[in-house]
Amino acid sequence: ESDTELGILDLRSDSDIPDIPPPTDSTPEILKKALSGLSARWKNWWIRGILSLAMISGFFLIIYLGSFMLMLLVLSIQVKCYHEIITIGYRVYHSYDLPWFRSLSWYFLLCVNYFFYGETVADYFATFVQRREQLQFLIRYHRFISFALYLAGFCMFVLSLVKKHYRLQFYMFAWTHVTLLITVTQSHLVIQNLFEGMIWFLVPISSVICNDITAYIFGFFFGRTPLIKLSPKKTWEGFIGGFFSTVVFGFIFSYFLAQHQYFVCPVEYNSETNRFVTECEPSELFQMKKYSVPPLLQAVLGWETVNMYPFQMHSFALSTFASLIGPFGGFFASGFKRAFKIKDFADTIPGHGGIMDRFDCQYLMATFVHVYITSFIRGPNPSKLLKQLLILQPEQQLSVYKTLKSHLVEKGILQPSLRG
Amino acid sequence: MHINQPRGIYNSAEETRSLLCLLSLALFVLQESESENKLDGETASDSESKSEFGGSSPVPTSDDTPEVLNRALSNLSSRWKNWWVRGILTLAMITFFFIIIYLGPMVLMTIVMCVQIKCFHEIITIGYNVYHSYDLPWFRTLSWYFLLCVNYFFYGETVTDYFFTLVQREEPLRILSKYHRFISFALYLTGFCMFVLSLVKKHYRLQFYMFGWTHVTLLIVVTQSHLIIHNLFEGMIWFIVPISCVICNDIMAYMFGFFFGRTPLIKLSPKKTWEGFIGGFFSTVLFGLLLSYVMSGYRCFTCPVEFNNDTNSFTVDCEPSELFQLQEYNIPVVLQSVVGWKTVRMYPFQIHSIALSTFASLIGPFGGFFASGFKRAFKIKDFANTIPGHGGIMDRFDCQYLMATFVNVYIASFIRGPNPSKLIQQFLTLRPDQQLHIFNTLKAHLVDRGILESLEDA
Repeated sequence: ESDTELGILDLRSDSDIPDIPPPTDSTPEILKKALSGLSARWKNWWIRGILSLAMISGFFLIIYLGSFMLMLLVLSIQVKCYHEIITIGYRVYHSYDLPWFRSLSWYFLLCVNYFFYGETVADYFATFVQRREQLQFLIRYHRFISFALYLAGFCMFVLSLVKKHYRLQFYMFAWTHVTLLITVTQSHLVIQNLFEGMIWFLVPISSVICNDITAYIFGFFFGRTPLIKLSPKKTWEGFIGGFFSTVVFGFIFSYFLAQHQYFVCPVEYNSETNRFVTECEPSELFQMKKYSVPPLLQAVLGWETVNMYPFQMHSFALSTFASLIGPFGGFFASGFKRAFKIKDFADTIPGHGGIMDRFDCQYLMATFVHVYITSFIRGPNPSKLLKQLLILQPEQQLSVYKTLKSHLVEKGILQPSLRG
Repeated sequence: MHINQPRGIYNSAEETRSLLCLLSLALFVLQESESENKLDGETASDSESKSEFGGSSPVPTSDDTPEVLNRALSNLSSRWKNWWVRGILTLAMITFFFIIIYLGPMVLMTIVMCVQIKCFHEIITIGYNVYHSYDLPWFRTLSWYFLLCVNYFFYGETVTDYFFTLVQREEPLRILSKYHRFISFALYLTGFCMFVLSLVKKHYRLQFYMFGWTHVTLLIVVTQSHLIIHNLFEGMIWFIVPISCVICNDIMAYMFGFFFGRTPLIKLSPKKTWEGFIGGFFSTVLFGLLLSYVMSGYRCFTCPVEFNNDTNSFTVDCEPSELFQLQEYNIPVVLQSVVGWKTVRMYPFQIHSIALSTFASLIGPFGGFFASGFKRAFKIKDFANTIPGHGGIMDRFDCQYLMATFVNVYIASFIRGPNPSKLIQQFLTLRPDQQLHIFNTLKAHLVDRGILESLEDA
């Protein structure tokens, strides 16, 4: 499957791409000694297995430690993914010692993160921010400051254009921007989902992981019909089997998580204790309701009604997306790897490849969950709305106040004779 | 001659005055820099050219000057002929610009949209040519599809804001606007999946390049055009002054460079000089001040564009905000001796225009350098041949990109706060307990500030 015909293109012919050095064996010494007696094939399986367990345990540990640690984790993963993709671009383009290329890339990453975190921080830490003068200034002119920072980077890029390397530099500029678009926006959407409630973070990610694993297992045992030329190991049997297993898994997993306030409540920042708290009255999404089982399933299951959380219905949508559309993210990454003739994005995780290899199916999922939440679950963020209300002109505030009051009275939410 | 005005909103005297003003300016446009478009010796040494272009020379400029002009100018030497063609086309473009302004916001929006589509088309065509796209399956269809998706997303966001009442009345529109993001995302995803399915074994890298090219182009072209429309809705003056400042800077920098130019500015554009740059800066600031002064007097320019539900048309009628009311300013002592006045009557908006003109002169040219670098990198003389003598639409608009974003960010940060009606609309979609909480907080805030009497029942 090599792109030898590309040699005629006005791109570098493929032979110009340096052969990616064979993956260095970064397995820790301990494991090597423990498994020295096994054959190479089994050794590889054991390494993958142990590392998978390690990753999953690490994941649980972070969840236990709370939202703040999760945010840090997401941020680190984002930075690492960005680094991996930029390194690939650097290698693919032999970047001829392009002046400032790496500094500019990291600078742009910083700018975009600053912009996004500024938007989030202002929303969720409203009370914290109100108390400090300097932060207030930064928040009020946040967009302008972010834009100015970005412009500085843009001008530096223009000034750094070197006569013989224009095209290469433009490619790298575009590469940086597309990478930012993919990795940084997704990671911020993940954090927004997290703030909605840890369950909105855990269920989608686990569904994607479950789909990966069960599709592989079904494919291993029953796989016969190839799914797509891009990834010859995927099969229709694996795809469909994975779909059904993921839906069932999603149902069961949501059922367990929905019972605990820790997972279900929106994350809030408590300014007195200076910590994140997840305590609330669970919304009706997370209260048991009786559903009548459709007659079709009644015969199968033998129940007439079932007690479920409404959230489990939503988990159905999430798992469906994870199984049917999520794999396209994986195909995209496979195509990318073939296009640039790399086996893995990097060698960060022994036996698994780079961080990007683990997260390729997650991208679309994060955006989908975010769009899903804003469309179907909750409206706009109340604290953000409040913040915007408070910076209106006084006359505007008064007129808004009057409109709101009449609306609330109309809906009976506010008693018309209430005073003070 | 009296102009009847269901749509036209200016009176004839003002129109004539402005046209006269600009006619004189237009004479100078004849001499606008041509060398931007010439490939000079630098590109020959561009080492990236060794193997790849494989014989494809820069797209030859076909002469698509209309026949009528060709005949009229047939007896002039080719150099003067070129200048005349450029001059006539410039006048045509400027006149066209004025006509569009006269016709009102709706037509302006449509023009912005057309310009955007043409720019997108030009850049995609370049990518297509540069990459000899080997009959890539669905490449052009997918590019246009993505353009449609992104435009749908952005226009949906704008429409919901400004046409709120209209949207609420029509049931299908209401559903479309309520689930707007979800629908846009679904449309985009479809395109994404089609792209993945369209990957052909031997062309992966090319297809990924084209995918990246399309997305970066969308980012540049479509977002800028939507920011322009947002600026337009804020008031036509926010649309006209920035664009004119950029144009003026182009012309003035060229003039100063022509007469006084000595020190080169940047290796990327060897014809630019520091004298031109600085001279252009001062002239543009002055021009901005004068133009704002003239425009601030007219409501049709300074009022936000609103959609009137009853007449189903756009109206620009309002009480001018304090930005557009004359105020006395004390002249700093330094300038008093120079100018001879102690105070001056100015519109506050003119102060803002200084900021806009400064940006247009100092940072705007970087957009031009970026486009020059791009053209050199891909060895093209012009983006396209749409306008005879000038090149493509992109060639005219390269300095405008950064300007549109800057104006939008400037307005959002310094001029206006959030839109109250949009806030109310968002409020109505919250849950009752959230609504109550916000209402009470707002009430407490108003009482705190003394805006609302604590026991008053409004």
